[in-house]
Amino acid sequence: MTTTPDLDVTVAAGDGWVGVIPAGGTFRIVDLHGNQAADTLFYDAADLDNRYSAMDTIREQGAVYLTTGSKLLSANLDVLATITEDLCGRHDTVGGACSQESNVIRYGAHTRHQHACRQTFLRYGAEVGIGPAQLGHNINFFMNVPLTADGGLSFADGVSAPGKHVQVRAERDIIALISNCPQLNNPCNGWNPTPIQLLGWWSQ
Amino acid sequence: MPVLLSHEIPAGAAWSVQVRRGRVLRLTAKAAGANCSTFVHAAGDPVDRMNIPDTLKAQMSARVHAPMVLMSDRGVGLASVVGSSLDWHDALGGHSVDAHVGRFGPTSYGTDRNEWRRSARAGVVSELTKHGRGAEHLHACVNFFSKLATSDDEAGTLAFADGHAAAGDWVSLRAEVDLLVIMSTAPHPADPRWAPGAVLAEVHAGEPYGDDDPSMTFRDESARALIAAKAVFA
Repeated sequence: MTTTPDLDVTVAAGDGWVGVIPAGGTFRIVDLHGNQAADTLFYDAADLDNRYSAMDTIREQGAVYLTTGSKLLSANLDVLATITEDLCGRHDTVGGACSQESNVIRYGAHTRHQHACRQTFLRYGAEVGIGPAQLGHNINFFMNVPLTADGGLSFADGVSAPGKHVQVRAERDIIALISNCPQLNNPCNGWNPTPIQLLGWWSQ
Repeated sequence: MPVLLSHEIPAGAAWSVQVRRGRVLRLTAKAAGANCSTFVHAAGDPVDRMNIPDTLKAQMSARVHAPMVLMSDRGVGLASVVGSSLDWHDALGGHSVDAHVGRFGPTSYGTDRNEWRRSARAGVVSELTKHGRGAEHLHACVNFFSKLATSDDEAGTLAFADGHAAAGDWVSLRAEVDLLVIMSTAPHPADPRWAPGAVLAEVHAGEPYGDDDPSMTFRDESARALIAAKAVFA
């Protein structure tokens, strides 16, 4: 993509973004400084209940990680978007988003008032009618959550690096809701949350 | 423990039950290959519901097994898996929708009467609606008695495990807050066959537990979720 983008936004560390990606549009998330989790939800712009479904997506592709070619399915099994470029290699979609409450469970009561992705989702989601009931299980672009054959799951150091990006093509008009993860208590942001860049090209 | 309520959910049907805090919901597979897509909500709370990613990452597991605690969107331990004859219940595969049922050919009430094949989605949304909720409240479920096997490979291949559960396999959930539990016995959406099995649901009076309870001692995260459950109403 060398043409002038229709969207070019830098999302500061711990901030978020919501916007519409028109059908056929290309949407790129750039990990500017490396190892930065971009928690992402997609919605059918015409029906917020037809939202991204992590479990439907991984079951239908028969694999738990997302990468080039992954069709990002909705709860009604519609293809909301397809990953068309991935310089990272694989992305998580079973680790969910951090919240103030889950931080307490994972790290203790002292983390109750630390900033968390769910706060960002609720704040930006409210602009388009997305409330707590509509917050499904998200994609963690640039995050590495390896599973094992014996049913283990862990959060590992990222497989991303500065400047790597992931790109999707919208298969219908979709809303993207993004939290640039502020988590400080595990390696998902390399212990140092940093900005990400969002780029969009709406006509080819 | 005395049985307070007993209901057999027929193969391929849906049911819901409200379970008082402290009581135990025991599910028993009545046939090999049974599946029970189960959604756990906080009764009386408009939005709080079981959150599978939070449950799995807090307990470092890609499967549900005893003595894990099933956690909610708002960080509450909703239920503890206090026992099971199986050490793997699927939480990654989601539930079936009408498109899955369609793979097994046409079916309708008109031609098949009550033997028509219905998806988990159809049944679960019906039950949710009876309780004033709707499809927007759907989240990932636990598919009790089913296994979607994970792998060590680079893609993270998932494969449906045939014949995982036998008749008589069981799992017991202790309600940590008042619960609304919604269940469908439609087949797992990755099951290549349409061969649903019935599931017996029983509610038992539970017993008080202390700091030595297996779910309290399992992990610090599990204990903190149970402490949060006790603090829902301060």
